[in-house]
Amino acid sequence: MSIAQLVDEFKSVSGKEHVVTHPDAMKTYESDGLLHFHVSPGAVVLPGTAAEVSQIVQACHSEGIPFVARGSGSGLSGGALPVEGGVLIVLSRMRRILEVDLENQRVVVEPGVTNTEVGKAVAPSHYYPPDPSSQIVCSIGGNVAENSGGAHCFKYGFTTNYVSGLELVLSDGQIVQVGGKELDQPGYDLLGAFVGSEGTLGIATKVWLRIIPAPETQRTLVAFFDGTDDAGQTVSDIVSAGVVPGAIEMMDNLTIQACEQATHVGYPTDAGAALTVELDGSEKEVEARFDDISTICERNGAGEIRVAKDAAERELMWKARKAAFAAMGRVAPNYFVQDGVIPRTQLAPVLARIAEMADEAGLRVANVFHAGDGNLHPLIAYDSAKPGDVERAEELSTKILDACLDAGGSITGEHGVGVDKKKHMPKQFEEADLAAFQRLRCAFDPEGLANPGKLMPTPRLCGEVPGEYRQHPLEAAGLAERF
Amino acid sequence: MATASAQREAPTSQAEAAEIMRRAGEAGSRVRPVGGATKLAWGRATAEPDVELATSGLRRVIEYNEGDLTVIVEPGMPLAEAQAEFERNGQMLALDPPLGEDTGATIGGVIATGDSGPLRHRYNAARDLIIGIRVALSDGSVANAGGKVIKNVAGYDLAKLFTGSFGTLGLIVEVSMRLHPRPEHTATLVGATSDPDQLARAASAIAHARIELTSLDVGWHKGDGRLLARFGGAAAGELASEVREGFEQTGLDVSLEEDDAAVWGEQRLGQRSVTGTVVKVSALQGDLRRVLAAAERQRAAVVGRVAAGLSWLKLEDRSPTDAAAAVGEIRRELAPLSGVVLDAPRELRESLDPWGVEPDAQLALMRRVKQRFDPQGICNPGVFVGGI
Repeated sequence: MSIAQLVDEFKSVSGKEHVVTHPDAMKTYESDGLLHFHVSPGAVVLPGTAAEVSQIVQACHSEGIPFVARGSGSGLSGGALPVEGGVLIVLSRMRRILEVDLENQRVVVEPGVTNTEVGKAVAPSHYYPPDPSSQIVCSIGGNVAENSGGAHCFKYGFTTNYVSGLELVLSDGQIVQVGGKELDQPGYDLLGAFVGSEGTLGIATKVWLRIIPAPETQRTLVAFFDGTDDAGQTVSDIVSAGVVPGAIEMMDNLTIQACEQATHVGYPTDAGAALTVELDGSEKEVEARFDDISTICERNGAGEIRVAKDAAERELMWKARKAAFAAMGRVAPNYFVQDGVIPRTQLAPVLARIAEMADEAGLRVANVFHAGDGNLHPLIAYDSAKPGDVERAEELSTKILDACLDAGGSITGEHGVGVDKKKHMPKQFEEADLAAFQRLRCAFDPEGLANPGKLMPTPRLCGEVPGEYRQHPLEAAGLAERF
Repeated sequence: MATASAQREAPTSQAEAAEIMRRAGEAGSRVRPVGGATKLAWGRATAEPDVELATSGLRRVIEYNEGDLTVIVEPGMPLAEAQAEFERNGQMLALDPPLGEDTGATIGGVIATGDSGPLRHRYNAARDLIIGIRVALSDGSVANAGGKVIKNVAGYDLAKLFTGSFGTLGLIVEVSMRLHPRPEHTATLVGATSDPDQLARAASAIAHARIELTSLDVGWHKGDGRLLARFGGAAAGELASEVREGFEQTGLDVSLEEDDAAVWGEQRLGQRSVTGTVVKVSALQGDLRRVLAAAERQRAAVVGRVAAGLSWLKLEDRSPTDAAAAVGEIRRELAPLSGVVLDAPRELRESLDPWGVEPDAQLALMRRVKQRFDPQGICNPGVFVGGI
């Protein structure tokens, strides 16, 4: 069957208004949030139900055509980049909140619901902690695929810690429910395996999430320091004092400048670093600990400490922090966002190393990061109009990741591997590790049709288990080798 | 316990362990990993394995990064011993399952069975605390997933997949875990009642209160119930005193335990039984009343994690046949909730499926996972759901 015939089938499944084939209309879907990759898909379809997703995937399966799931398209690793000639399944129409069960602290949603909508649905009594900076637009389905984090994850954990159940469409179109409302259901932790699998194990069409009672109170401060060293030491001191803040976020001077230009919150643009610390929990505990934190900040030379007096001021502090990526446009014509992780205690040496490497490359790097969990987001500024700048920026970006790995860290803390970082996977993982990953992949998707070309550094095929050798279509086409 | 038929191996290095796995895979010998041997009665009754692989020689702390609050350890390290070391630095691994006979439970065994204790309320389960793993598979390959940083999304999360897999996918040879600051002080409010309705109502009210607790449990034994709320932190005692009034408004008879280790030790013990049978029920917090009623009808003692919706029902003083009948009744009454039999006499485990899992699409998917990781079928075969 040709792609044209498949398109006819999709039209009968989801309605012709929900199938996109015109090249101009498809342009929207050529990239996700990582704009320097773009691929034109064979067709784009926007199903409205799990049954439709299942039928679409089944059709792809019977033709051996790969498919890629996409939520809001805000991912930063090219995880939702289409496969050439493949089918892009966009889940943004599936955005019903199916159940809000406050008594049992669960919410059940379709994958296209945004992260913020989940928070709103359970507020003010309850709280859904994972809060990626893109939360206003990013979808829960995407959060599940990427195991999204956010500022409050140091204390509360990541998406994977809040998913209690998933309805999945596997790569043959079969619908399987994994887990559910209750925790600890017998058997393998397929939820743990699926969350963060970047669309390579199937498509989530329904998500059960845990929520928790909202903290009684939250207090937020921003402390300004001469440099990131002092701010970094403050983070270490806070954590080793046994305090677990809801969030600890750091911005360096260039980021402060950018955020100030974008949001006008009145931050001193000559400060070397800003540390946003939020404590939440019971009034008593927060009050007791808040004084400790102020003292630690002062001891490390904080020039100024601003304490949010009310919810509006707190909002503003978070607005400034979450605007960081977007604000970079004001101080640099182009930039790469990096996402590396280091053990928290390595903060100072790694930041120094990044500054050194940036100088060598003649480029500016702004640093904004989730300091509590050592998740760095260096923003590498460059000017695509200058010859050689892009290449230098890419090289620097890679060197920064290498520095993270040298420090015992990871190539990605929350943005995922996608297409962007698959080339770095062999630096973090040995061949035996990758082979073990492939076993999981093959258990879920033996034909390799779900989001191929992502996450793993090289295309791999699955052997038959059990049974005899059959040539894989990709192998026949010379696109992949059997390992 | 292994009989004479099982060959006992106790490798002292990860490489040696992997070699044993490779040879077993080649020969088709069934391997059962054993840590502290405190939970060998869990899972389906199986034939004696060909090889019993003790992790007693794999018990090194590879890295303890105090400043980062992370640790990398080998599986044979006893949990109690590791905790003593973390405690010296005011830290803890926030996993407090009952430690079994001679407090012998090892970190590897706790991870492999996915066991947990009262701290689960605040810190979640083993799966949520594990940040990296190294496993030896049945072809002798040694694979890593995750790492030693608390935030990391590179590659598949095999650490979670192996957690709770009962050794059926491969042998865990190393784990990285996230640690937490140990609360400086703790204090517990204990509310007593003999009315299960009142207990369930009070439990729900406290579970939804905007207070941060390290643990929130219920206990039920022969008509006596209690609700236990543990506070931790610099102001634990003060906090407990402050909340006490609200606690009393639920109608419970409330006392404050400043020295609360014994109270919680008892809760943990309630999850285990040496001669009896324990059924772990996965429910929701709103089901607590129903769970208590089902337990009461079978004269079962209950330990429950209120917010997690998990309960351990303990059946003692009866024959294996009567216990099996009681398990059947509990499952019927609470269906479709799952009721997994943990501790139980062998006779009972042979007479029913301890997992109580019916074949469905999810089980089929689990079988596919098993086939890929252990195509030779030598990793603790038969013990897991569906006879995996």
